[in-house]
Amino acid sequence: MILYDWLIQPFIEFGFMRRALVGAIALGLGCGPIGTFLVLRRMSLMGDAMSHAVLPGAAIGFLIGGLSLPAMSLGGLVAGLVVALLSGIVTRLTPLREDASFAAFYLISLALGVLIVSTHGSNVDLLHVLFGTILAVDNPALLLVASISTVTLVALALAYRPLVLECFDPGFLRSVGTGGGGIHALFLTLVVLNLVAGFQALGTLMAVGLMMLPAAAARFWAREVWSLAAISAGLACLSGYVGLLGSYYLDLPSGPSIILTAGAFYALSVLFGRRDSIRSRYLVRRHLAA
Amino acid sequence: MSGVPIGAQVTIENLTVAYERHPALHHIGGCFAAGSLTAIVGPNGAGKSTLIKAIAGVLRPSGGRIERGSAGPGHIAYLPQQSEIERSFPISVLDTVLLGHWRRIGWRHGVTPQEAAAATAALAAVGLGHFEDRPISTLSAGQFQRVLFARLILQDAPLILLDEPFTALDARTTHDLLHLVENWHREGRTIIAVLHDFDQVRAHFPQTLLLAREVVAWGPTPEVMSAVSLAAARHMAEAWDEDAHACAVAEAMS
Repeated sequence: MILYDWLIQPFIEFGFMRRALVGAIALGLGCGPIGTFLVLRRMSLMGDAMSHAVLPGAAIGFLIGGLSLPAMSLGGLVAGLVVALLSGIVTRLTPLREDASFAAFYLISLALGVLIVSTHGSNVDLLHVLFGTILAVDNPALLLVASISTVTLVALALAYRPLVLECFDPGFLRSVGTGGGGIHALFLTLVVLNLVAGFQALGTLMAVGLMMLPAAAARFWAREVWSLAAISAGLACLSGYVGLLGSYYLDLPSGPSIILTAGAFYALSVLFGRRDSIRSRYLVRRHLAA
Repeated sequence: MSGVPIGAQVTIENLTVAYERHPALHHIGGCFAAGSLTAIVGPNGAGKSTLIKAIAGVLRPSGGRIERGSAGPGHIAYLPQQSEIERSFPISVLDTVLLGHWRRIGWRHGVTPQEAAAATAALAAVGLGHFEDRPISTLSAGQFQRVLFARLILQDAPLILLDEPFTALDARTTHDLLHLVENWHREGRTIIAVLHDFDQVRAHFPQTLLLAREVVAWGPTPEVMSAVSLAAARHMAEAWDEDAHACAVAEAMS
């Protein structure tokens, strides 16, 4: 029973570990499926861009409300949506591709954020916004994260079919008279919401890690959209749990510990996954007869 | 499929479609009769795909009008030339074909057993029986085009638009898919296809529209495919002039 104690004792003994675990699981449930769609839409780097875009909003919220959850979340949400909206407008009205216009706006946004934090706060504050503290997650923060992942899962369930179709064959979606614009906007909003949920716990820089790494890892285990999303969510939650254990026993900062765990799962999947992994590619079994 | 569909009549009035103000189609007018089977031919840059896209409603005209008759929104089956389809997407052949039911299932309706059976039948009709569970990433280009034709079957539309549907396909696949097109024609649907193979056009398409930014000839295939008009088309297509003046031809009186 020693192993058992070892695996659950920190969460029984300490309230902050329990809250961190619940937060990580709620986060994983929302971020996993969102990450799957980001990967399918070839928007992996856009998730990264958005996570930087959230910073000035969070910083402004921090200036107005101090280290207050609602102020920083709202600020981050607004900043993320503004960047998404502006780059969307530039993409539609000019020949500039979406990745380029996103890069332009997130860089502006990031510089603005660092400027605000470094002129009006201490570097410690900046570190806090950049790296988050999942061990300091309190009940209101938990509620926020849980609400966001609930909204995310419900919205994904309702818009699942057009969302999949918009990734797979946008031309067909247009030809049957459903514009992809609304779906795209809904999806971007969900991305921003989940990043806002993530930056409390993991900071703006690493929030996207819990989206992309499990989703990229899932690619090596499944080949339907729903199973990709399910595995991705599962891996994200597991990363949260293992990462928290690691940070507890090895006395590591929790955020990097969680993301590194997700990274380890990703590396293992690349090497040993069931589909298209390096193992299955180079340890070739005899091909079938037909 | 549901009863006998009535092909849609497509009427084009004084249509101009421009890219950066340079017209790819310049004051086009004419009519695709209900139930007609028409090939659009012409040199590269003649505006063939542009016309198909304008009829499909994915390109907005700079001037003029297109009347689609019974083919309202969602009732046009359009197969683009280079589809934006993500061929490596994790989706099965059956799910891809089932999308042809979109008008009925939309965002939220389940697929009824009849609809699933129709999809299986459509796959059999394109020669891909028992391919239902295969991921589309494992298909060859020809097999994938067959899947898209199966989806067109399910769309059950009064107007079918095909943009170079047989490019890069082998003879047998082309033959099978042409057979499907002729079936649709017999069912009374209106079909418009952009094609490059003149022998194919002469053999299978009763009507031809020869295009070179403007209508060069439009009517029964044997008359249109005369040497004279083909030469005229070659001449007219090459006309992108950086310093072109604004066109002075009157827009439609509508």
